[in-house]
Amino acid sequence: MGVMRGGKKGLRLAIASGKGGTGKTTVTAALASVWSQALCRPVLAVDCDVEEPNLHLFLRPVIRRAETAKLEIPMVAEAALCADCGACRELCQFGAVTVMAGKPLVFPEMCHGCGGCLAVCPTGALVAGSRELGRIEEGATETAGYLAGRLRIGEAQSPPLIRAVLARLSKVAEPGADVLIDAPPGVSCPAVTTVSGADAVLLVAEPTPFGIHDFELAVEAFTPLGKPMAVAINRSGPGTPELLALCRGHNLPVVAEIANDRVVAETYARGGLLHEAGAHYRAVCFALARSLAELPQTAREAAHV
Amino acid sequence: MNAIIAVSSEGPTLADAVDPRFGRAAGFVLVDPAGNVSYLDNGSSQAMAHGAGLETARRLADAGVSVVLSGVVGPKAAAALKAAGLTAVEGLDGRTVGEAVAAYRAGQTG
Repeated sequence: MGVMRGGKKGLRLAIASGKGGTGKTTVTAALASVWSQALCRPVLAVDCDVEEPNLHLFLRPVIRRAETAKLEIPMVAEAALCADCGACRELCQFGAVTVMAGKPLVFPEMCHGCGGCLAVCPTGALVAGSRELGRIEEGATETAGYLAGRLRIGEAQSPPLIRAVLARLSKVAEPGADVLIDAPPGVSCPAVTTVSGADAVLLVAEPTPFGIHDFELAVEAFTPLGKPMAVAINRSGPGTPELLALCRGHNLPVVAEIANDRVVAETYARGGLLHEAGAHYRAVCFALARSLAELPQTAREAAHV
Repeated sequence: MNAIIAVSSEGPTLADAVDPRFGRAAGFVLVDPAGNVSYLDNGSSQAMAHGAGLETARRLADAGVSVVLSGVVGPKAAAALKAAGLTAVEGLDGRTVGEAVAAYRAGQTG
């Protein structure tokens, strides 16, 4: 866990938020671009917001490899083999498999891929099939490695693809590289699945009533995961003191404060990166990268005080 | 015409309204070939988070029903009914159960 000096194992940082649109991707893209320069360590940017991946719009990676991700689900091999025992139906909590009048029925889109029905089927009427989840793309930018999931249109569940992206990450990441994971918004299964795959969390929060409300939900959802957590305030404004007080109350370090600045918005609208908005923002991004690299250690020390 | 007909219903009698939902119908009025009327409660399926249609289809198959009259039958419930050899007729909401059965029988004989 965490950063080990000597470059043995890199940091895996999830960039998350409660509310959508607070700036997760803005921060992830900027960090991916300055990280290696600021810390002299390789970095890999991962887009786990598989329902609406957009990190590539800012990083413009060259894609070198793409593969289809699949989930193992049951399919009916031979209905005549079914013993009508109902074991699969009793086991499945999602109604994805049932038996009607001795005929096994599979509803592929309902399946969560646990494999339980395949394990309990005594006759082999059910065998392993698959459902396409989406695509996993790998490549690189000038400054970072790149990995992303893209959910198949029509696919209802994103956590299985997110898990597939994280599994692929473990295979492709250089052992010493740090990893920046752009998480899906919200605090439900997709976000929790993503954050669970990280060593540390950066919450990007905006000081609006909606932003503060959802920030509290995010703190509540991710705190039980027991990972070091820090906060970057984006579009800082009149609500910032309230947000800062909340962070103090939860013992969360605030590692960046980005102003509600038209220049930042214009840069973003052009597809530019935060550190390109001017020297001040370049310094903010470098300082943020350095703070985050130290986050696991800072959190350990804080825990021992 | 020796089939047991089940009609998704908001109440237990022929005078009650057809429930437009299949899986989450409150219950089903069953009419046998002799014209005897009985009621099959479906409250436990109404409370399910998902799989209500499958559960309801199984309940009707177990009750020996061969024709289902309802408003809309969902795709999974329809697949389950088909597998069990039941006939489903949709679009009968907006009538009473008695009217739905009469309309079905008229269609069958006419």
